[in-house]
Amino acid sequence: MDRRWRNAAGRIVASSLAPLIAVVGALLVGAVLLLAFGADPVEGYRALFVSAFGSEQALASTAIKAVPLVLVGVGITIAFRANVINIGGEGQLVAGGLLATVMALALPDLPAPVLLPLVLLAGAVGGAIWGGIPGALKAYLGVNEILSTIMLNIVAVQVMNFLLRGPLLDTSQISGLSRVPQTERLSPNADLPILIEGTRLHAGIIVALLAAVVVWVLLWRTTAGFRLRAVGLSPDAAAYAGMPVKRTVMLALALAGALAGLGGAVLVFGSVSHRMVTDGTTTGFTGAAGFNGIVAALFGGLHPLWTVLSSFVFGGLLVGGIAVQRVVQVPSSLIVALNGLVVVFVVSSELLRRRMRARALVPALRDPRPPRAPPAGGGRRPGTDRGSG
Amino acid sequence: MPAPASSDGTDAPRERAVGVPMLEMRGITKRFPGVVANDRVDFDVHAGEVHSLLGENGAGKTTLMRILYGLYQPDEGEIRLEDGPVRIPSPSVAIHHGIGMIHQHFMLVPTLTVAENVALGLPSSRRPLTDLDRVGARIRELAETYGLRLEPEAYVWQLAVGERQRVEIMKALYRNASLLVLDEPTAVLTPQEVEDLFSTFRQLVEAGRGLVFISHKIHEVLSLSDRITVLRNGRTVGTVKPNATTRGELARMMVGRDVEGGKEHPPVEAGDPRLSITGLTVAGDRGNEAVRGLDIEVRGGEIVGIAGVSGNGQRELAEAIAGLRPVAAGSIRLDGAEVAGRSPAQVRDKGLAFVPEERMRDGLIGDFTVAENLMLTDHRDPRFASRGFLRFRAIRRHCADLVSRFDVRTPSLETHGRNLSGGNIQKLILARELSGKPRVLLVAQPTRGVDVGATEYIHDRLIEQRGRGTAILIISEDLDEVMALSDRIAVMYEGTVIGLVDRPRATRDGLGLMMAGVPPDRALG
Repeated sequence: MDRRWRNAAGRIVASSLAPLIAVVGALLVGAVLLLAFGADPVEGYRALFVSAFGSEQALASTAIKAVPLVLVGVGITIAFRANVINIGGEGQLVAGGLLATVMALALPDLPAPVLLPLVLLAGAVGGAIWGGIPGALKAYLGVNEILSTIMLNIVAVQVMNFLLRGPLLDTSQISGLSRVPQTERLSPNADLPILIEGTRLHAGIIVALLAAVVVWVLLWRTTAGFRLRAVGLSPDAAAYAGMPVKRTVMLALALAGALAGLGGAVLVFGSVSHRMVTDGTTTGFTGAAGFNGIVAALFGGLHPLWTVLSSFVFGGLLVGGIAVQRVVQVPSSLIVALNGLVVVFVVSSELLRRRMRARALVPALRDPRPPRAPPAGGGRRPGTDRGSG
Repeated sequence: MPAPASSDGTDAPRERAVGVPMLEMRGITKRFPGVVANDRVDFDVHAGEVHSLLGENGAGKTTLMRILYGLYQPDEGEIRLEDGPVRIPSPSVAIHHGIGMIHQHFMLVPTLTVAENVALGLPSSRRPLTDLDRVGARIRELAETYGLRLEPEAYVWQLAVGERQRVEIMKALYRNASLLVLDEPTAVLTPQEVEDLFSTFRQLVEAGRGLVFISHKIHEVLSLSDRITVLRNGRTVGTVKPNATTRGELARMMVGRDVEGGKEHPPVEAGDPRLSITGLTVAGDRGNEAVRGLDIEVRGGEIVGIAGVSGNGQRELAEAIAGLRPVAAGSIRLDGAEVAGRSPAQVRDKGLAFVPEERMRDGLIGDFTVAENLMLTDHRDPRFASRGFLRFRAIRRHCADLVSRFDVRTPSLETHGRNLSGGNIQKLILARELSGKPRVLLVAQPTRGVDVGATEYIHDRLIEQRGRGTAILIISEDLDEVMALSDRIAVMYEGTVIGLVDRPRATRDGLGLMMAGVPPDRALG
C-alpha cells in the first residue's frame, strides 16, 4: 500500500518537476538577456510577477488571457493524443469567431439565454468545419495536416480581413475615416457576463474550465476517447482491432477545431468592445492564441487538466511581459524572445521528464505479483524477457 | 557435424582451440529496471568451433551477445579477447576487434545493391570515388570460398529472405570478422535453406573462425554445435557437448522441467465449412499479385495449417481475410456470408478473430495498459460500455478473469503492454481474441519468438478451441508447429496453395520441397 502510494507520488513529482525546471532555466537565460540590455532582471521579473499574479485585477487579466489558450490547448491535447499535429488553432479561432459573429448579427433580438449558447455553438461549429477540412484531407487523401492547417490559417485570416473590411464592417466606420476592420457593437444579449464586479473576468473562464473537464472525460472515460488514443498510439493496431481509423483522425481534428472555434467566440463576446476586431495583421484577432495554445498543451503534458494550469502560467507571462517592457525599458521583442525561450526549454524538458518517469516506475516492475495461482512451471518472472529479443 | 575440437592438430585453428579461447566472458551481469537479464554468466569461444547459446526467449542470450557487440554495457564482469581484457563501448569497437553480428532483424537498405550494402560505412579505396567494382570482386571471391551464393549487383529488395541473410553474413566476412554471432538465423528459412546455411557455417569454422549460434531450436543446435551453453532466467545452466546429451535433457535444461513432445490431439469430427475462400487474388505492397487465385476451406472443429517460406503471400492472405487489405478478385465467405472487401469491424462482427503476425505492431499498443489492450476489440460491447462511457468495474473484472484464465504474467492490469515478454503478449492477444467466442480463428505465426513454456500453452489453447468447434487457420513459418497442430496442411508458394495434404500423409521433407516450389505429386512421391 505504502509503496504504491510512493510510486504514484514519485510519478507526479517526476512529471511536474521537469516543466518547472524548464521554466526556471528559461528565466535564467532570460535574465542574461535582460542584463545584456542593461536592465535589472530582478526588478523585471518582479514587475512580471506582480502584474500577472499580484492582485485581483492582475489575476483577472491573466485568466482572461488564459481562456483562449485553454480552449485551443485542450483541443490540441485531443489532436495530439490521436497523433494529429494541429497547427491550425489560429484559423480555427478565426473561423469560430466569424461564424459566431454572423450568428449574433443575424439574430440580435433573441433573448440572452438563447442567443449566448447559440453563438458559442456557432463558434464551435465554425472551428469544427475549419478543423474538419484538413482532417478529411489527411484521413482520406493523405494530405499532411501540418501543412494544410498552416495554409488554412492564412486563408481564414484573409477571409476575416475581407469580411471585416467589407460585408461585416461597422457602418459607423464607413462614414468615419479611420476604417478600423471591425464589426458594429454586437447584440448585448450575446455578451459573456462579468463574473467579478470591478474586473473584466467574464464567463469565458467557466466555458474553458468546463471544456477541459469534458475533454478529460472524453479521453479517459468514453469509448470515443479510447479510440482516439488507440489510433494515436498505433493506427495499425487500431485498424486491426476494427476501429474506424480514418474517421477517428478526422474527428480528432474536427474536435480540436471545435474547441478552438469556441475560443474564437469567447474572444469576440468576452472582448471589451463586444465586437469582432482585427488590426490587419495575421494575429490581430487572435493575439497568437492559436500558437500559444499549442505550447500550453505541450507544457501541460498533453493532459487537459494540466493544460489549464499551464495556460494560466502562459497567460501570466503574456500579461507580465508587457509590464517588464514598461518597467525596465526593454524592447517588446525581448519579451517575445523570453516566451520563445520557455517554449524551447519546455520542449527539451520532455526528454528529461520521460527519463525521470521511467526511473519512478522502477519499483513497480521490481515487485511483480503474478495473478492468482501461477500454473505448473511458474516462477519465471514476468519482466525477464525485457532485455532480449 | 564438424569434427570435435580435439582434432589431429594439422590445422592451426584447431590447435589453438585447446589453448587460449578467442573470446572469454566472465561473470557478466546485466541489470535492467526490475530484471537481472544476465546473472554472472560465463561464456567462451575457441577459434574453429561453434558454441551455441540455447535458451528460451528472455533467457538472456541476446542480452549477452549485445554486451559483446557493445550495444549494452555490463554492470559486472569481464570480456577477454586473445590479447587480454577489453572494453567494448560501441559496435564499431566490436567490429574493430573482429566481432561480427548477424541480427535477427536484417539491417539492410533495400534500395541499394548487395555490394553497396556491404560497402556501406566502409572507407572507399578510391576516395572520394566509390570502389564498388572492387567490393563486388571481393564479394564474389568470399562467396566462392564459403558457398554463399550472392550476386553483388542485385538489389536487396529483389532478394528472398535467405539471400538477405547471406548479405548480412557477407557484411561481417567482408569486415574480416573472426568471431561471428548469429542471432536466431534460421527463423525465416526453409529446411533446405537451413542446410545450406549450416554448410556455410561449417566452412567458416573450418577456416578457423569462431561462431556463436543463438537459437531456441534444440535439433538445430544439436546438429551444428561443438559445444552448447544453456541459459535460463539469465543464468548459465550448463555447458554440454552435443554427443553427450539428448534433446530431452536440453529441453529440461532450458525450461527447468520436462516438456512433452509431439502430443496426439483427440480427433474431432470436422463440421460444416466455416471459412471458404475461392479464387482469391490480393495485391501486395508493390502492386504485384501477392495472392493469386487461392482456394482454401476450413471446417468447424479443424485446424488447417498454412506452411511456406515467408513472402509467398501469407501476410497478404491473412490481411485480406481480416479486412485489412483490399481484395482484387475472388470470394471470402464466413459461415456463408461474403466478407471480401468488408471492413475489419464488419468481418469481426461476422465471427472472425485474428491473431496478427506482427504482434508488437498490430496486436498490441505498447503504451496502453494490459487492461486497455484486452479491450481493444471489445470496448463497444454493451457489457463494457453504456451510452459511450466505459464501464470500468465490468472491464476490470473481465480483464482480471482473462489474465488469470490465460496465464498472462503481468504485475498488474495497469502495466504497460510493452513491459510484457513476447510469450505473455501473445497470451494476452490470444485471450482477447478468444474471449469473443469466434466462429473462425485466424492465427499468424502463433509462437514466433515465444519461449517453449508459452508455446506449449498457446498450442494447448488452440487445440482446446478446435475442440469447441471453431474453424482455425494457422499461418506459420515454423514447420514443426504446423505439423504439430494441423489436421490438414496447405503449402503456400508464390501466392497459391501448391499442395494440400492431410496431416498423416505429411512429412518434413515433402513439405520442405513443396515450400521450395516442387509440386506435391513429386514432393510426396
